[in-house]
Amino acid sequence: MRYLPLTDTDRRVMLDRIGAASIDDLFVDVPAEAHLSAKIAGLPDHATELAVERHMAALARRNMAAGDGPFFLGAGSYRHHIPASVDHLIQRGEFLTAYTPYQPEIAQGTLQMLFEFQTQVARLLGCDVANASMYDGSTACWEAVAMAARITKRKRVVLSGALHPHYAEVVKTMSKVTDYEIADSRPSIQPKPDNDGLIARIDDATSCVVVQYPDILGRLPDLEEVGAAARAKGALLVVVVTEPVALGAVKSPGEQGADIVVGEGQSLGVGLQFGGPYLGLFGCKQKYVRQMPGRLTGETVDAEGRRGFVLTLSTREQHIRREKATSNICTNSGLCALAFSIHMTLLGEKGLRDLAMLNHAQAVRAAEQLAAVPGVHVLNDSFFNEFTLLLSKDARQVARILADKGILAGVSLGRLFPGEAGLANGLVVAVTETVTDEDVDALCAGLKEVLA
Amino acid sequence: MTINQSGWRPEMAASGTATGAPTATGNRALMLEEPLIFEIGSADRTGVDLEQAPAVQNRLGGMERSAPIGLPGLSEQETVRHYTRLSRQNYAIDLGLFPLGSCTMKHNPRLNEKVARMPGFADLHPLAPQSAVQGALGVIHELGEWLKTLTGMAAVAMSPKAGAHGELCGLLAIRAALEARGDARKVILVPESAHGTNPATAAFCGYAVEDIPATAEGRVDLAALQARLAVGGPDCNVAAVMITNPNTCGLFEREMKKIADAVHAAGAFVYCDGANFNAIVGRVRPGDLGVDAMHINLHKTFSTPHGGGGPGSGPVVLSEALAPFAPLPIVEKDAAGVFHLIEEETAGQDHAQNFGRMVAFHGQMGMFTRALAYILSHGADGLRQVAEDAVLNANYILRSLEDVLDAPFGGSGPCMHEALFSDKGVAEGFTTLDIAKGLIDEGYHPMTMYFPLVVHGAMLIEPTETESKAALDQFIMALRSVAERAKAGDEALKGAPHFAPRRRLDETLAARKPKLVWEEAALAEAAG
Repeated sequence: MRYLPLTDTDRRVMLDRIGAASIDDLFVDVPAEAHLSAKIAGLPDHATELAVERHMAALARRNMAAGDGPFFLGAGSYRHHIPASVDHLIQRGEFLTAYTPYQPEIAQGTLQMLFEFQTQVARLLGCDVANASMYDGSTACWEAVAMAARITKRKRVVLSGALHPHYAEVVKTMSKVTDYEIADSRPSIQPKPDNDGLIARIDDATSCVVVQYPDILGRLPDLEEVGAAARAKGALLVVVVTEPVALGAVKSPGEQGADIVVGEGQSLGVGLQFGGPYLGLFGCKQKYVRQMPGRLTGETVDAEGRRGFVLTLSTREQHIRREKATSNICTNSGLCALAFSIHMTLLGEKGLRDLAMLNHAQAVRAAEQLAAVPGVHVLNDSFFNEFTLLLSKDARQVARILADKGILAGVSLGRLFPGEAGLANGLVVAVTETVTDEDVDALCAGLKEVLA
Repeated sequence: MTINQSGWRPEMAASGTATGAPTATGNRALMLEEPLIFEIGSADRTGVDLEQAPAVQNRLGGMERSAPIGLPGLSEQETVRHYTRLSRQNYAIDLGLFPLGSCTMKHNPRLNEKVARMPGFADLHPLAPQSAVQGALGVIHELGEWLKTLTGMAAVAMSPKAGAHGELCGLLAIRAALEARGDARKVILVPESAHGTNPATAAFCGYAVEDIPATAEGRVDLAALQARLAVGGPDCNVAAVMITNPNTCGLFEREMKKIADAVHAAGAFVYCDGANFNAIVGRVRPGDLGVDAMHINLHKTFSTPHGGGGPGSGPVVLSEALAPFAPLPIVEKDAAGVFHLIEEETAGQDHAQNFGRMVAFHGQMGMFTRALAYILSHGADGLRQVAEDAVLNANYILRSLEDVLDAPFGGSGPCMHEALFSDKGVAEGFTTLDIAKGLIDEGYHPMTMYFPLVVHGAMLIEPTETESKAALDQFIMALRSVAERAKAGDEALKGAPHFAPRRRLDETLAARKPKLVWEEAALAEAAG
C-alpha cells in the first residue's frame, strides 16, 4: 500500500520492542464481541492510483461542469475566473498540510496570512474587525444571529424575506435549540426591496434584523434606512453578503451602519465546488469583538522584540472556555481564506473595482438583451451582477428544459422557494465576467424558443 | 489612501538571533523576512488583467461606492513571492512528522488533490439541476455507504462542515428524537478528558453540562456513570452522554458496550466523538458498541488536508433510533440507479421527522472527493492496516520513551493511536511548554500540549500510520534528548526555540492590547 511505509520486518521489530506477540495484543482492550477478526466483508480491497483516478473521473464525467456551456447560476454561489497562481500557491505543502497555528513560532506563514486576510475582509465589509473565517456564509449568518442575541439579550430575530432561503432555514434549524423567535417572510416580487415591510416587523423585543445585500433577487436594499430603524428599537443590523465582488462596486454594509456583517467568500479564489468547502466571512464593530465566534489572529512581538502573530482572545473559544465559549467552532476554512486572500492581493483595490464594474456592465447588457425576449420581464430596478427575470411560464420547467439543451439558465425561485405559487415564474440570473456575448445570445435564443 | 511602501518596520530590522551577526535586511540566507501586503502593495497595482467593461448606464440604484476600500495589490510575481516566502515560515506534514495528538496529521496523498480539481467536481454549481450533477450526488452516496459500513451504522448525515459541526448535528438529532417522544431532557454528561468542543456544543444546544468521573487508569468510571443515570429513576434528565472512544488519554473504553447499555436503559443516547476513529477503522465498528451518533473527521481519519486550520468535514453516522431525524439534504439512490437530492420540498413522509438544514448547500464536496479517493486507495484491507499501523506506531513511541518521560497511563494496557506523557519528573521550573519548544529546535512540530486536561502537563503524541520506523526512531531520539535536558534543568531549553522564524511570542500582550487588523502607522499611533 503506497501510503503505508512499515514493512513486515519493521512491524516484527517494533512489536518485539513493545513486548507484544502480535498486533492483536495491542487491541486487547476491545471487547471480543466488538472486535472484527478480519477485514469488513463486502467492500473492495485497495486499488492503484490509476484505478482510483479512473473511477473518480468517471463520476466527474457524469456532471455538467459550469465550463461545459452557457452558465448563469448564482443564488449564493458564483463562478469567477480564478488566477492560476492562486491554486498553485494554496497547494504549497507548507500551507496545505499545516495544522491550526497552535505553535506560532513555526506557523508565522499561516498567522501572517490570516492577519492580512482579517484586514482585507474588515476593509471590504466596512467593519472594524474580522475573524479568521467560519465554515460558510450560512453558518456565519447563524453565528451572527446568536452573537446579536448575546449582545442584546433578546430573542426575537427578524429575517428579511429576501434572505437566501437556505440561510433562513439554517437559522430556523438552530433556533429550535436556542428558543429564538424567528420572524420570517417571503420576498416581495417588486422592483425594489420591501424596506417598509421589513422595518414594520422590528419591535422592542427584536435582537437583530438580518438583511441580504445584494438580496436573493439581486436587488440592492438601502441599508441605512433599515439600520436606523433597528437602532431606534435597540436592535442590531446584521448584513449578509453572498457575493463579495459586489463590494467593489457598491457601498459597504459597514459604512451604512451594519453592526455585524457576514458573508460567503467563495466568489474569490475558492470556486463553485458543488457548495463546499466555502468560506464564511465575519466582521463586526470593535466594541463587539469579545462576543465574536471563531479564531482571531493578532499582532505581537517575540522574545527579541520582532513582530510576530499569534491566535488571540482565545478565552472566547471552546478549547479554553468549554461550555462557556461563544461558539463551538474549532476547524474553520483556513485554506479557503488563503485562496481568498491571494486572489484579493492579486486584484488589489484597482483590480477588484474593475472586476466589479466589469461584472456589473456585462450584467446590465445581458439584462437589456434578455428584456427584449418575448415573455421575459426584468424585475429589478437595481442590481449588481444578478437579477430576476419573470417569465411567462413556470421558471423551474424552463430551466430544466434549457439544462437539457446544455444551457444552465439560472436558479428558479421555484427551486429556492418551493410551493410559493407567486414566485414560480421567477428566474434568478447571474452574469459574471466568465459569461461571454455568445453565452448571452444562446440564453436569449433558448428562452425565446421555450417561451414561444 | 496611503499605503506604507517603505518596507520594513524599524523593529523588524533588528533580527539578530542567538548565533551570528545581524544582517542588513533581517534575512538569514534562505530564511527571508516578509513584510505585510499593506506595507509592500499599493492600491493602483494589480496582478490580473481584465477585459474592458462595456460602456453602460449603471443600475446600482444609487448605491455606488465612493469611499476607497484600502486594498493593496501586488503584481503576479510579487504575489507568488509573498506567499511562497510566508509558506516557508510554516511547519507542515510535508516537512516532517507532525505528532499532534487527537489531530491525526497523516500524509495527504496528492491523488486526492488532483481528483478534487477535476472540473466535473470543482467547477460544479450546487444548485444545478439534479440531472446535471448525478456524478456528484454519486460521490456523496458512495462515500456515505462506506462510512455506514465501516461504522456499522444505519444512516449518515453528510452536510456537517467539521467535527464540531458534526457534534451539533448529533445532538440536534438526539434532541429531535427526545422531543418526538415528548421527553425534554436537560443534561448532557461529558468526561473531563473530552475535547472542548463537546461541552461547547452541548451548551450551544441549550443543555446543562455535567462531568463524568474517570477512573485512576484513565477510563470512564462506569459505576459512577450508572449512579448518575439512576438519579430520578424514570424521570432521568440525562439526554445523552458524549464519549470519545478511543479516549483522549489514548485508551480504548473497554466498557463501552456496558456504558451504552446503561445509557439506553436510562432512555438516553450515546454520542461518540469520532476524532480518534483512525485507531479502530476496519477493526471495530462503533455501531457494535451501542453508539447512536458519531461524527467522522474526514480531515483526520480520511486524510483530507488540514490547510492550516481547515476546511474540515464532519459527516455523522446515526443509529436506527436516530436515522429518521437526520438533517437535510439527503442523497438517495433509487432502484434505477438515479440519485435524488432530498430537500425541504421532497422530504415527504419518508423524512418527515428531519431536524432541518445545517448548511446552505450539500456539505464539503471538495473533501468528499478527496476522502473517497483515499478510501478507495486503501480498500477494506488497507483501512484495517491503517488502524493497526497507527496503533503500532503509537505503542512503539510509548514504550520507547516511558523510561525517560512519565507515562501516566502506561500501566493501563496498550495505548491506541496516541501515547500520553506528562512533565512529572522534569527539573524544577521546567514544564511541558519547554519540552515542546525544544522539539521545535530539533525540527519537529510539538505534540499536543496540556490536553487532555485530566493530566497535569499533558503531552499527547499521535504519530499516525504514515510514518516509517526510521522517522519514528529519529523522533524518539530527539524527544529523548529534549526530555533529558528538561530533567537536567538545561537553561537553554527555557529560551527555545532558538532557530525558528520567531522566538517565543508574547501572547499576553496580544490579548491585552488586541491588534487584529493592520492600520497605517499614523492611525495606529493616534489610536494609542
